[in-house]
Amino acid sequence: MTEPVLSVRGLGKSFGALKATDGVSLDLRPGEIHALIGPNGAGKSTLIGQIAGGIRPDRGEIRFAGRDVTGLGTAARARLGLGRTFQISALAMEHSVLQNVVLGALGARGRAMRFWRPVMGDAILVKAAEDALERVGLSDHAAMRTAELSHGQRRQLEVAVALALKPGAFLMDEPMAGLGAEGSLRMTAFLDGLRAEAPILLVEHDMDAVFALADRISVLVYGRIIATGTAEEIRASREVREAYLGEEDA
Amino acid sequence: MRERHINAILLGGLLLTALAAWGLDQPFTITLATKVAILALAGVGLNITLGLGGMISLGHAAFFGIGGYAMGILASHAQSYTPLMEAPFLIEGTKSMPVIWLVAVAASALAALVIGALSLRTTGAYFIMVTLAFGQMLYYFAISWPAYGGEDGLSIYVRNGFPGLNTLDPIQFFGLCFVLLCLVLLFVARFSRAPFGLALTAARQVPARVEAVGLSPYRLQLAAFVLSGAITGLAGALFADLNRFVSPAMFSWQTSGEIMVFVILGGVARLCGPVAGAALFILLEHWLGALSEFWHIYLGALLLIVVLFARGGLIGQIAAKEAAHD
Amino acid sequence: MSSLLLFEQVLNGLQLGVMLFLMAAGLTLIFGVMGLINLAHGSLYMVGAFAAAAVAAATGSFLLALAASLAAAAAAGAVIELGVIRRLYDRDHLDQVLATFALILIFSEGTRWIFGSFPLFLDVPDYLSGPVTLPGGIQYPLYRLVIILAGLVVAAGLFLLIGRTRIGIQIRAGEADREMIAALGIDITRLYTLVFALGAALAGLAGALVGAIQSVQVGMGEPVLILAFVVIVIGGIGSVKGAFIGALLVGLTDTLGRSFLPGLFGLFMEPAAATTVGSALASMAIYILMAGVLLFRPRGLFGVA
Repeated sequence: MTEPVLSVRGLGKSFGALKATDGVSLDLRPGEIHALIGPNGAGKSTLIGQIAGGIRPDRGEIRFAGRDVTGLGTAARARLGLGRTFQISALAMEHSVLQNVVLGALGARGRAMRFWRPVMGDAILVKAAEDALERVGLSDHAAMRTAELSHGQRRQLEVAVALALKPGAFLMDEPMAGLGAEGSLRMTAFLDGLRAEAPILLVEHDMDAVFALADRISVLVYGRIIATGTAEEIRASREVREAYLGEEDA
Repeated sequence: MRERHINAILLGGLLLTALAAWGLDQPFTITLATKVAILALAGVGLNITLGLGGMISLGHAAFFGIGGYAMGILASHAQSYTPLMEAPFLIEGTKSMPVIWLVAVAASALAALVIGALSLRTTGAYFIMVTLAFGQMLYYFAISWPAYGGEDGLSIYVRNGFPGLNTLDPIQFFGLCFVLLCLVLLFVARFSRAPFGLALTAARQVPARVEAVGLSPYRLQLAAFVLSGAITGLAGALFADLNRFVSPAMFSWQTSGEIMVFVILGGVARLCGPVAGAALFILLEHWLGALSEFWHIYLGALLLIVVLFARGGLIGQIAAKEAAHD
Repeated sequence: MSSLLLFEQVLNGLQLGVMLFLMAAGLTLIFGVMGLINLAHGSLYMVGAFAAAAVAAATGSFLLALAASLAAAAAAGAVIELGVIRRLYDRDHLDQVLATFALILIFSEGTRWIFGSFPLFLDVPDYLSGPVTLPGGIQYPLYRLVIILAGLVVAAGLFLLIGRTRIGIQIRAGEADREMIAALGIDITRLYTLVFALGAALAGLAGALVGAIQSVQVGMGEPVLILAFVVIVIGGIGSVKGAFIGALLVGLTDTLGRSFLPGLFGLFMEPAAATTVGSALASMAIYILMAGVLLFRPRGLFGVA
């Protein structure tokens, strides 16, 4: 069995008396989309925060790209190839669409402390950025000011910035958030094709997308993973139905 | 009007003013123009932290003062023919401007590194208060260090020298300051468009994203703060040379506030905003000051109006709304 | 170094501390509840001092002067809150800094225009002047003791206000979640004006009390304002308890530093150098303390925000 790209073992995090993460273990295998679902308040944001690097776990281990990254910060993990999109788009609104993606390419090559040559004149960076924009379908909007993009376009841009990192794995926090029916379908199709490049740990509420895309699903309730399995297994699981999905016709 | 044209008009106007005053034999006006150039330079320094970096430093007078005292200390030792230090190695004073500028820049950069490393651990309102406090600390230190004049300050009898020029000639000294200003503006314009500038302005808007692409907002802001302090320090050395006088007032909160005021009046984050703001400030000081000794009230009222109603400062009112930079 | 001198300097440090607390408490409340950084607080301190000096000169009564300082500062605070400050609550910190800096300019020059550049005099009233003999045989100025007591009484009152009254609950709720209290139907506009005026009154009182032992002049408020900022950074923005502890720390560090550092250096340096180095370091002591706190607790000792 190939080693997972990302693995989490026994992760725990408490805020005072509240156990936000209570012994969570999961992994992300090459080429898969692993969806993380759970009711509101289950602790998904805290878990994502610990995996991405902003929150320090109380106990447990996180391994990525063959290394123990538990003690590393967000930027270090990003440099190792962990790409992420945010639930609420984190984009530089004053910059152009292209500039935002160039930032991603810049980070990937770690070349920020350059002071003389214009960044938009750097052919390598700009090409990488343009490629990423092409893939998410925003090429026509490259020169537009990010503040003028529609919500759906901003979600696409989020993905483009993560792409420019050429990551080894994606951490996506509700990429469908706020997208309409058409946008969701497009994003779903896009993510489907993306998994071959780098596996995706996908936090989502949109159940259609989850069941359409996910190779495996983990269900997080009150900080604990109560089930991990394929879509059929999860749909059939009684614990999951009781805890989360509610009674369904079989 | 495009911003590039405004910048040309501002700089050209400053140069023409000085040349015209030289032709008309009005040395006082040349001195005013020199003051504009020097204060603009101080503002350009602050603007790197404030406009590009988005960090509100209320303590930039710290660097202005360090640059000034670098000049004062070196020159006073030279004029009294006593060395600064004899052991463990000999350091003598100097009245050579290039050397003084190097020392001023290095000292300010070092101070900015230390102050920045501490202050940038905080954000928002804390940062404002901490930078203000560090500026005040240096102010009190300068007052209580008697060797260099203490509260009374230090006079330098003869202006320092620059190879090949007669620096006592107002137009030549103006020329030096103007050239320095233009060189620094060029440097700032370049790095604003370079990877550093992109990353820094991104860190101002969305630090979480900057981290998520593998860069460190703290390092970017610290680098910006060091550059910022170094440039303001250079301005301080020039200012001290202009007046041939250094005093703790260069470290005061009033000085920090004034530098910030004219950066804002001119247009924060605009390359030549400080030039416009400094010119406006000196004009106001000159004209309003002649009308009333309480002209600061009018300055305060103007500032209030600008803040509440006319954001974007002078250049903001005139420049066309820029499309995103290419 | 005698223990008598030490005790006297500790008292002086406490006196400085409680006055700093009056300034810092108002500032930290205004920031905690309204999210506003107020550089004009030093001007309100000055207004209180000037009002007290003017009334004392006119009536000869120190008590009336103190009352005037409270009233004048609170009134000035209310006026600028209504006119300027309330436009700033939704603005970013830069706008708040600039607008309140503009207010400093207006207040300072305005005061100079009305009263002139020379300092005014506010005398300690006869019934409060002179030394008092404390247990242990120390002579200490009665007035300074009164300041310490007044400061502690105000501190207690403030803690009671915030901890036990309805206004206090509104203040604490406002600090925790600004949008929520509006949604709960509390009249925020009134609350904000009240908090601002309260902070102003405290500053004005401090100005009047200190004005009797130092001079009353334009620009007296800003150095105290900056010290109050140091207190808040150490104590934590939004925390009145932090302001109290921070103020005492700063007051004691500054006073004891100035008294004893030159002497300390004199143990291993020749006197002239010791005085120079010692005083210079003493002037930086509280900032070094602040830097120390920043290294380990960037949000202050009791930081909430």
